[in-house]
Amino acid sequence: MWEAEHISLAIVGSGGAGALTAGNLLLEAASRAGWHGLLTRTVGPQIRGGEAAALLRLANRPVECLADQIDLLIGIDWLNVDRFGGEIEVGPQSLVITDPVSGDLPAFVSRAGARSVEVPIKDIAKAVPDGRPNMVALGVAASLLGLTEQDLSAVIEKRLAEKGEKAIDASKAALKAGILAAARLDLGLLLPSPKARGTQRWLVSGNEMTGLGAIRGGVRFAAAYPITPASEILEWLAPNLASLGGVLFQAEDELAAINMAIGASFGGTPALTATSGPGLSLMTEAIGLATATEIPVVIVDVMRAGPSTGIPTKSEQADLNIAVYGLHGDAPHLVLAPQSIADCLFTTQWAVYLAEVLQSPAVVLSDQFIGQAVAAIDRPADVAFIGRRATAVPQTSVYKRYAIAAGGVSPMAIPGMAGGQYTADGLTHNERGTPTSNENDHRVQLDKRRSKLEQFSYGDHWATLEGDGELAVITWGSLTAAAREAVNQLRVSGFAVRLIAPRLLLPIQPDRLKAAFAGVKRVLIVEQTHGGQFHRYLRAHYDLPAELRVLNRPGPLPIRPSEIMRELREWRS
Amino acid sequence: MSKAPSIPPIFSVADLLAIAYRIELDAVERYGVLADQMETHNNPELVKIFRDLSRAESIHAAEIREMAGDSDLNERASALHSIWRKGETPEEVDLGAAHYLMTPWHALQLCLAGEKRALAFFTSIAETTKDAKVKEMAAELVEEEAEHVNLVYRLLRKYPEPANSWCQDGDPPAAQD
Amino acid sequence: MEVVMQSAETRTICKPGDYKSDIKPIWCPGCGDYHVLLSFTRAFAQLGLRPEDTVVVSGIGCSSRIPAYTSCYGFHGVHGRSLALATGLKVSRPDLTVVVASGDGDGYSIGGNHFIQACRRNIDMTYVVMDNRVYGMTKGQPSPTTEPDFDTALSPGGTGLSPFHPLVIALASGANFVARAFSGEPNETANILVEAIRHPGFSFVEVLSPCVTFRPDEREWKNKVHPAPVAATNDPAKAARRIMTDDGFNIGILYRGERRPYQLKAAAKAIDVGELEKDFAL
Repeated sequence: MWEAEHISLAIVGSGGAGALTAGNLLLEAASRAGWHGLLTRTVGPQIRGGEAAALLRLANRPVECLADQIDLLIGIDWLNVDRFGGEIEVGPQSLVITDPVSGDLPAFVSRAGARSVEVPIKDIAKAVPDGRPNMVALGVAASLLGLTEQDLSAVIEKRLAEKGEKAIDASKAALKAGILAAARLDLGLLLPSPKARGTQRWLVSGNEMTGLGAIRGGVRFAAAYPITPASEILEWLAPNLASLGGVLFQAEDELAAINMAIGASFGGTPALTATSGPGLSLMTEAIGLATATEIPVVIVDVMRAGPSTGIPTKSEQADLNIAVYGLHGDAPHLVLAPQSIADCLFTTQWAVYLAEVLQSPAVVLSDQFIGQAVAAIDRPADVAFIGRRATAVPQTSVYKRYAIAAGGVSPMAIPGMAGGQYTADGLTHNERGTPTSNENDHRVQLDKRRSKLEQFSYGDHWATLEGDGELAVITWGSLTAAAREAVNQLRVSGFAVRLIAPRLLLPIQPDRLKAAFAGVKRVLIVEQTHGGQFHRYLRAHYDLPAELRVLNRPGPLPIRPSEIMRELREWRS
Repeated sequence: MSKAPSIPPIFSVADLLAIAYRIELDAVERYGVLADQMETHNNPELVKIFRDLSRAESIHAAEIREMAGDSDLNERASALHSIWRKGETPEEVDLGAAHYLMTPWHALQLCLAGEKRALAFFTSIAETTKDAKVKEMAAELVEEEAEHVNLVYRLLRKYPEPANSWCQDGDPPAAQD
Repeated sequence: MEVVMQSAETRTICKPGDYKSDIKPIWCPGCGDYHVLLSFTRAFAQLGLRPEDTVVVSGIGCSSRIPAYTSCYGFHGVHGRSLALATGLKVSRPDLTVVVASGDGDGYSIGGNHFIQACRRNIDMTYVVMDNRVYGMTKGQPSPTTEPDFDTALSPGGTGLSPFHPLVIALASGANFVARAFSGEPNETANILVEAIRHPGFSFVEVLSPCVTFRPDEREWKNKVHPAPVAATNDPAKAARRIMTDDGFNIGILYRGERRPYQLKAAAKAIDVGELEKDFAL
């Protein structure tokens, strides 16, 4: 009934039903059983008791984006579920499990012509002492996926440990009842068996990987001001930095957070802060200060829909402009963008390395989709970058912090080093660091700060380049996975398309992108913005193939592989 | 436990009815607010209960209005309102006692507490007033409130006190901003 | 904070002149900040601080120019954020002596929130605000400590607003040491700074420092200041009451608190980075 490659499910429920917890447990159990998978969560506007949906995709290869349609939709109840109509697409091939007491199927489900089957989830839960309907739903889902009671029990014991034995027993009992109920249904499902049991894999979110990447890069100080959807980076770093002898420090606002990070870095400690769009706006002045004073610092922006307060819980890619152009004056700096949950680890680690070696701020543009989705990934390779912050102070009578030298990077004295005293200054300064308004000094330092970034050799990490063809798709960030899936599917049917996804957005790499476009006559730009920010960025800085189309849409809905495929197919003919 | 409401000086039957009317109207509004809350927070069983309670209170209010005849109930009630301590009516439906997972038992306990307070209020007026007509009307209102209290007790028989797990949510709170 | 006193025989760093850099200040002659610079160098010399272990952090404004005029490490940051810079620095490098310099605009206006939070946190550092009751660098606008009837271009006829009470705010927010100084008495100011730097936790010193260009009336301050009539108390409420009822020109240490300074929770033993992935492993 389903394509053997993967299966997508959704569990929905409201009013404290626990749909999200069920989704979490299901992903973990399925991953342990050997599936690769991805989970995203979507909720109504209430803080408690709202409508909620867990969306999962499982496959026998790494999963980096959601599929176009949901194959299996389990409704604990259907209250206010129309809210999720755009996110939960069902079709005639989909199967819907519904509780008779929930009443009619939601309109978007019956319109789709999906097959529905009744399971009295709430009654089954009531029959179990302290039984919860989400555990029944979990049992149903597990059974249909071919997971065993043991698979689920282990995960329930681990994740519900703090709720106590009674809760665990009740959950297991409800789970069992759900499994039994599903077993009675004869649905004719054929699923491939999961293949990765026992291999080295991790169950992680992008935000966690960002935190680990920072630590691996050497960060030992983080300044924190909470903001959705970045707070989890800081929450993960708090105990983990401390366990390494580092510090996470809560600031009173983002203005303080970025300045604290810069202060710590000035003192020699690689430092980071994480925020989202509104916070990045506040931080721009200080990022400019770090640029001018040549102090390394990493700022992670987990992008959410904007402008202003926007949609805090949904993804978008419209902070590109402020990351690239948001500093006043001419202030070259680094901007990088991870392309998947796993890539958050690499890209953040790389960003720390680059910031330290080039003595520059680095903005890492993650987004809510990557940041908060959870996936079972192959354990990422350990990466070590050679090189670190240059701090050796030459023994001269007067130390010149901003001395001009080959490569553009001048050694940075760290407080404590005798003879290295200097005052870091946002004012335009000369080689010594003394404020000046002299045209030559200004020019020399502007050249220094720009050339140090432009001269550096970034290696192959600057972009993902896959496949060949006269037609290319260029995108970035979390859309890379959807584009890859579209391109791979087309390649199978003999349609060759090249995929280009820059990881390094600043400094621009015109020669390298030109080489990437060799042989390409048409390019489709794909981005999740309303104003086409990526399109304009590409036009402004790069030579592009003659024929160009743009597929752009703002959040909150993700751009699906099928949409990209449709654009590409249409254009081919 | 809220403090006992202060007794404003009741000078006439019209005053007494105005106060009783204001008590009912406040309750109509509060139960309406609770019903809306339950609707937004996906607790349909409680939506119905609070809408029913709100409707019941508006029927009581209509009855009092009829008893009052031509009297300018609203104006009179507003004038008296300002001298009640803390500005809360004796029936004082406590919004702070709401919970998104509350059960019918909880709703009825909330209601019962309010009705008992109203009963106590009218009882003390009946006992302390020196005006015979006010005493008579207060006694009538006492009977009305006593009926309401009994009704709530009867309804409570249908809904046993829930187990401790009533407030367990399968999911953590959602961060919205 | 460990104070290292070096004798004149073993090191040459105890002379105040050694704490001055060769960079000539841009302040107007007559500016109180010249005296404050003297006080800094005298205080550092008295304490025997090593210039390489001392950092002067500032924001924007005339008084914030001071770091480059010392031979210590310095950070001339952006407007209002010096305490945040200093906090990140001190928390990650507790071995350094951190002195933060600011003015009434930088410190009490744009920097107001950071001021309150820094007092609350009570991290070991010294905050010196050179208060001239005007925005000098930008040519004469009223600041939070300017009198309500002071006529300026931005607020003709005066703002009509009561001045900010920085010393009382500091006490209410938890600062552990509060003093008022006058730039015209650099030795006394130096003594106060020595005590402030020595005192654990967040020390706050307000230095009345006249602006001769935009507040020539402040030349009169030298006739108005006088020593505080009573010694410092360790009771913040008493100190606050005294300050709220004084004439604004009581000079001296006004409060020496006994709050425990901010303690970083040290890890029992630093683990290996590789340990962190155990939480992720399936």
